Amino acid sequence: MERFSALSLARKALGGHLGWKPQWRSVEQPKKAYDIIIVGGGGHGLGAAYYLAKQHGLRNIAVIERGWLAGGNTARNTTIIRSNYLFDESSSYYEHSLKLWENLSQELNYNVMFSQRGCLMVAHTVHDVQVFKRHVHANRLNGIDNEWLSAEEAKEFCPPLNISSNIRYPVLGASLQRRAGTARHDAVAWGFARAASDMGVDIIENCEVTGINRGPDGAVTGVETTKGTVNAKKVAVSAAGHSSVVLEMAGIRLPLQSNPLQALVSEPVKPAFPTIVMSNTIHAYISQSDKGEMVIGAGTDSYVSYTQRGGLHIPAETLAAICELFPMFRRLRMMRSWGGITDNTPDRSPITAKTSVPGLYVNCGWGTGGFKATPGAANLFAWTIAKNEPHPINAPFTIERFRDGVMIDEAAAAAVAH
Amino acid sequence: MLLIRCPYCGERAEVEFSNGGEAHIDRPRDPMSLTDEEWAQFLYMRDNPKGLIAERWRHAHGCNRFFNAIRDTRTDRFVVTYEIGQPRPEVTPEQAAEAAR
Repeated sequence: MERFSALSLARKALGGHLGWKPQWRSVEQPKKAYDIIIVGGGGHGLGAAYYLAKQHGLRNIAVIERGWLAGGNTARNTTIIRSNYLFDESSSYYEHSLKLWENLSQELNYNVMFSQRGCLMVAHTVHDVQVFKRHVHANRLNGIDNEWLSAEEAKEFCPPLNISSNIRYPVLGASLQRRAGTARHDAVAWGFARAASDMGVDIIENCEVTGINRGPDGAVTGVETTKGTVNAKKVAVSAAGHSSVVLEMAGIRLPLQSNPLQALVSEPVKPAFPTIVMSNTIHAYISQSDKGEMVIGAGTDSYVSYTQRGGLHIPAETLAAICELFPMFRRLRMMRSWGGITDNTPDRSPITAKTSVPGLYVNCGWGTGGFKATPGAANLFAWTIAKNEPHPINAPFTIERFRDGVMIDEAAAAAVAH
Repeated sequence: MLLIRCPYCGERAEVEFSNGGEAHIDRPRDPMSLTDEEWAQFLYMRDNPKGLIAERWRHAHGCNRFFNAIRDTRTDRFVVTYEIGQPRPEVTPEQAAEAAR
């Protein structure tokens, strides 16, 4: 693998940037057998392959992707990274991820453009104020930074914010996690792919898994794909919105509903927005990308769908909220909008676990908030696959928690925002 | 935005409706006899098909009545909507092909 450094960049620049080589090996045809097959070549799947190779010494791995690398939700989210979740189980999982983010560019020798610009969660009602203050206290007890700001302090931190008292839902204050931030979504997947490929992981694109093969004892023996049968003793599914579809091939029913979640970006403008602002109550999520576009997260459509579209009234509602909170954006034009398919659990917490089928593992249920968890989920999924048992951090995130009544109820705790 | 045919009121815009999740889930007749696994199936496990789904809708800003629908989740095209209490209608191959188009 060609390492990036100031020197290598300067040398390539002098050569007119003609000497760059592909960053990872493109494998057209899978081998007959691997030790581990990972289904889904997004950030979570590629990251799991990376950590399996790096930390567990397992290198005979295939990542099988139906479309192209990181073309699903990795490419469709609004790149918000934070760890200020309410419950101990969730905050330790997301904090594990945030800590990995903080060193990811160095670890991968690939600039993932992680920018810790802070995340401001705006409160509009007495209930919001109480809930967010509870979050602040819960987080601080767990050693996770989060603080409460008055409306004036919030405006000082984010000058475009409209804190006038005569809007429909006036700003009463905000919680701020300063270590929260954004990253370049493609770079994360490319960085993991490059490092994993360098350690021998095969990345196979345009290859759809059509069946999961099992032996007489019920254990996994491999998968059927559009490029033929591939054998493996361990199959790990990291297929986001399509997790139900893949796991159904092994007869497993999941507590998931797949819903479209939309996002949109504006025309690019000069740096005008210093942080991330989220408002759960009036449903507005906004930050500015390094290209200058305002990146806006809209809501989830209410029905099950795999269309990667969604109704126009959903982003329209979000834009109304944005225009009221940030009047300076009222004349900003929107450039592109799209949808991703999110896999939502009833308690809005993920599943990273073994399944009832020996050799079959699943990392799913990240719903509307999986991007922030990319390195953390990948890291703990790799641990679970390698050791055939969960790491203490992801141990509560099983499928069986719905049977046993030990939900991690971030649905009630976090309302809608992820 | 979807155009949805309420069996009682006719075609209306999606914003008048709220989605009620998977249809034809019967409440357990004898709740006391259910195992934890059966409760989990009833409460939380759901069909999440990529293809035809039977689902409930409520005409919240209209007649306020529930009804069922069959829709293709790959295209969001409806095959049929029908009243609560009716069995899930058979979908002909022609109807399925039209919905998948």
